[in-house]
Amino acid sequence: MANEFQTEDLSTPIVSKEDFKLDQPVKWCAGCGDYAILSSVQNALPEVGVRKEDVVIVSGIGCSSRFPYYINTYGFHGLHGRGSAVASGIKIANPKLSVWQITGDGDCMAIGGNHFIHLVRRNIDINILLFNNRIYGLTKGQFSPTSPKGLKTKSSPDGTIESPFIPGELVMGSQGTFFARIPDTEPQRMKEVFVEAAKHKGTSVVEILQNCVIFNNGIHYSITSKELKDDHQIYLEHGKPMIFGKNKNKGLMLKGMRLKVVTIGVNGISEQDILIHNAKSPDDALHYMLVRMTLPEYPVATGVIRSYDDNVYEDVMEAQIKKAREENKIKTVDDLMNSGNVWEI
Amino acid sequence: MVKKKRKIIEIDDAVVKFAGDSGDGMQLTGTQFSDTSAFVGNDLSTFPDYPAEIRAPQGTVAGVSGFQVHIGHKEVKTPGDLADVLVAMNPAALKTNLKWVKTGATIIIDIDNFESKQYKKAGYETDPLEDGTLDGFNIVKAPITTLNKSIVIEMGLDSKTADKTKNQFAVGILYWLFDRDLNFGEQFLDDKFKSKPQLALANKKVLRAGYDYAETIETLESRFQILPIKERKGLFRNITGNNAVAWGFLAASERSGLPLFLGSYPITPASEILQELSKRKHLGVKAFQAEDEIAGINSAIGASFAGNLAVTTTSGPGLALKSEAIGLAVITELPLVIVDVQRGGPSTGLPTKSEQGDLLQALYGRNGESPVIVIAASSPANCFDYAFKACKLSIEHMTPVILLTDGYLANGSELWKIPKMSDLPEIVPRFVKDNDPDFKPYRRDLQTLSRLWALPGQEGLRHRVGSLEKEDVTGIVSHDPLNHEKMVRLREEKVQRVANYIPELQLDGEDSGDLLVIGWGGTYGSLLSAVQDLQREGKSISLAQFNYIKPLPKNTKDILNGFKKIVVCELNLGQFAIYLRSQFPQYAYLQYNKVQGLPFMIYELKLKFNQILEEL
Ligand SMILES: Cc1ncc(C[n+]2csc(CCOP(=O)(O)OP(=O)(O)O)c2C)c(N)n1
Ligand code: SF4
Repeated sequence: MANEFQTEDLSTPIVSKEDFKLDQPVKWCAGCGDYAILSSVQNALPEVGVRKEDVVIVSGIGCSSRFPYYINTYGFHGLHGRGSAVASGIKIANPKLSVWQITGDGDCMAIGGNHFIHLVRRNIDINILLFNNRIYGLTKGQFSPTSPKGLKTKSSPDGTIESPFIPGELVMGSQGTFFARIPDTEPQRMKEVFVEAAKHKGTSVVEILQNCVIFNNGIHYSITSKELKDDHQIYLEHGKPMIFGKNKNKGLMLKGMRLKVVTIGVNGISEQDILIHNAKSPDDALHYMLVRMTLPEYPVATGVIRSYDDNVYEDVMEAQIKKAREENKIKTVDDLMNSGNVWEI
Repeated sequence: MVKKKRKIIEIDDAVVKFAGDSGDGMQLTGTQFSDTSAFVGNDLSTFPDYPAEIRAPQGTVAGVSGFQVHIGHKEVKTPGDLADVLVAMNPAALKTNLKWVKTGATIIIDIDNFESKQYKKAGYETDPLEDGTLDGFNIVKAPITTLNKSIVIEMGLDSKTADKTKNQFAVGILYWLFDRDLNFGEQFLDDKFKSKPQLALANKKVLRAGYDYAETIETLESRFQILPIKERKGLFRNITGNNAVAWGFLAASERSGLPLFLGSYPITPASEILQELSKRKHLGVKAFQAEDEIAGINSAIGASFAGNLAVTTTSGPGLALKSEAIGLAVITELPLVIVDVQRGGPSTGLPTKSEQGDLLQALYGRNGESPVIVIAASSPANCFDYAFKACKLSIEHMTPVILLTDGYLANGSELWKIPKMSDLPEIVPRFVKDNDPDFKPYRRDLQTLSRLWALPGQEGLRHRVGSLEKEDVTGIVSHDPLNHEKMVRLREEKVQRVANYIPELQLDGEDSGDLLVIGWGGTYGSLLSAVQDLQREGKSISLAQFNYIKPLPKNTKDILNGFKKIVVCELNLGQFAIYLRSQFPQYAYLQYNKVQGLPFMIYELKLKFNQILEEL
């Protein structure tokens, strides 16, 4: 009955980074990690292979959520925590759009926690970029649900007494199909991960370890600093062995029910013994272990940790609609109103 | 069997109430009897009345479920104050409903359920059948349970099935009492139990047995006949308010060419709208059952941004949760229809009972200056019209609309003349053309002040909207004080200008006189019946029932001006009266308020109006 204003299909993307720049001032603090993320998104979009008019960026509230105002796409700046719901409505209404949700750890782990897990559970094809600075930036420095236990902030002067969420765990717990983690200090890898996320059919969550220079400066330092990152980070790639370290001689093995960090060449361990990363496995048990790895026992896992293809909400809905349209004799509202118990008086 | 010829008395109308345990199938029998009446050409209005608990303990007052139907030879405007016939399947049903029947009414009782254990459970000290409680009524003591059981067991069915069919015995008695053709009842049962022919057969047998029983017993001296209504011609169906709302949305979707998106979360008494629209995938509907009301409305806002006709449905507590997002729809100036099926409040309140307590919430329950169009439906059937109009106004004026209905309209039903889609007005979305060089997100139509709608996917129109204040025309984020005031005023003025696009208020009665009765929304039937009764008695009284609340119809002041006294009648403590005082402080407003989770009774309204008229 109703028209579907779908846009034409252009096989060759006609976009470059310049297409996504706006001549509006960007108002994040100087040195904020958000700048690097913005730039990486602008770099990634031309590689995603969609028309520039089909890109929609949706956000909630927070420093990170100002993002739509700084990039030349269709943009929607919503309410605190509710970006997932707005993005869901957009994508369901028009599945052809490439929908990106920008959110912060406060925005989608606290007030928007409910909407976040439900979006992931439904597996609507939306790309979520979660800027995790482990603090509330826009409201000037209160602790967030990802702040490390004991962190002293304006609202936790004696240190927080709450256990932090691990975003990847929430994603796995919600049967998420795509999860990646990446620091804001690695523009090239960031771009690659964003492209992977966009190509994944289903909800993709990319946790970006973002630095808030003003309220939580250096919170990711042990993972991102030049001197430490090789030993403290393992960059996972599908099909490749889980090897890391300055000398590329450390790796991960399964020992019983646990992961174990081993050194290649010690105790007779060779490269063959190291686990191969299978991001595409439907079984998330190993992915779960990988997202939970924390210093100092383990390196922090980055890269695409899970990328598993499953049914996508809006595709199934469209299929149900198509079937119902074909099978139901009632084609119009007139048909409907005149069906069933109707009396001629 | 000795059959006696009984006299048939012609009457204009009758109110019948079916009451029993919530498992007794009272809603089914009520519907069955209503449909039969509609089929023979009577007008009707129904009101189901059910408890908040799904299955309260059997035989207790808390578990009584009722269904009232008012049928008439002339137009019927309400489900009726008091019943002419009550079916009471157990003592609790009698206890709950006796105060709602006329003196001299016929009460059909299943005496099998009136042993002392049972009447004590219902709160009677002594046997109500013996202690004078029922003096002055025409009591039919029918052994419904045992007679029914013998029929059903004889057919080889178990006693559990038997419990489910006994309601048909009662309807059978009513078919006889109102001289109805049994064929229709049988047809109804065949349709109802299409996949279970054995059950259909059992029910039909019981129905007939009830009919024959009535014919045999002495207590029923006469039967009634309500002739078909003559003035009516056309195709009709029986429709509930909730169904009418859903269909109004479907009609608006088809008429506007916009796919329908519903983002909603279940809540009594609004859930049927979600359920009905979920069934309509074949008409392209996307119904999204969200994780809560907040997600419901935000998903709808997203769908609206993407160009769908977006609606969200709820009841009072859900509206409270949605308020932040309504503000978002106001500031982004996107179309969105929000339905609030009001129920008793505050908080969870009276989930299955009706009230008009959300008016001020709808008008003002948000942060900042957050104007929306507020309209209210006034009968189950016209819920269709107002749902349609809500969509039309929202789309054409790029602003959210709150549509208020209530539990009474939502569950109640009435006969509805089926409209033709081609007779409904057009709905024209204000779309921007691709690559329009003049496009600016907040450029406005000079007549309506509404901005234009540019959809993601369109070429050359990339833009950003959102919850932060924007500069007029350009849509750039702006904290400029003067711009903010300008935008606040523009948004308010946009809503006020809708007054140019809605009908003037029609009075029922003379446009000047002694007393103006004012109501809004779902109280229309009761108020009109009361006012018309007094008009027939020669009193100078008129009724102004408001469907458009913000903005008010343009002639509101003229109407208020014409009367010596004004009384505002509401099922709350006076919210519309507060609003009218703020808009037109020069008049004195009397109030008549009732907050019992019950509709107005016609007799109590007449009492009040007469009292005011006498004091004049
Ligand atoms: C309903 C509501 N509650 C609270 C706020 C205040 N608020 C704005 S941003 C924010 C926290 C944002 O933290 P995060 O998501 O981590 O974003 P960041 O600013 O760090 O990027 C809060 C509490 C609000 N805008 N709305
Ligand atoms: S407060 Fe922190 S997160 Fe916000 S813009 Fe400044 S540096 Fe970035």
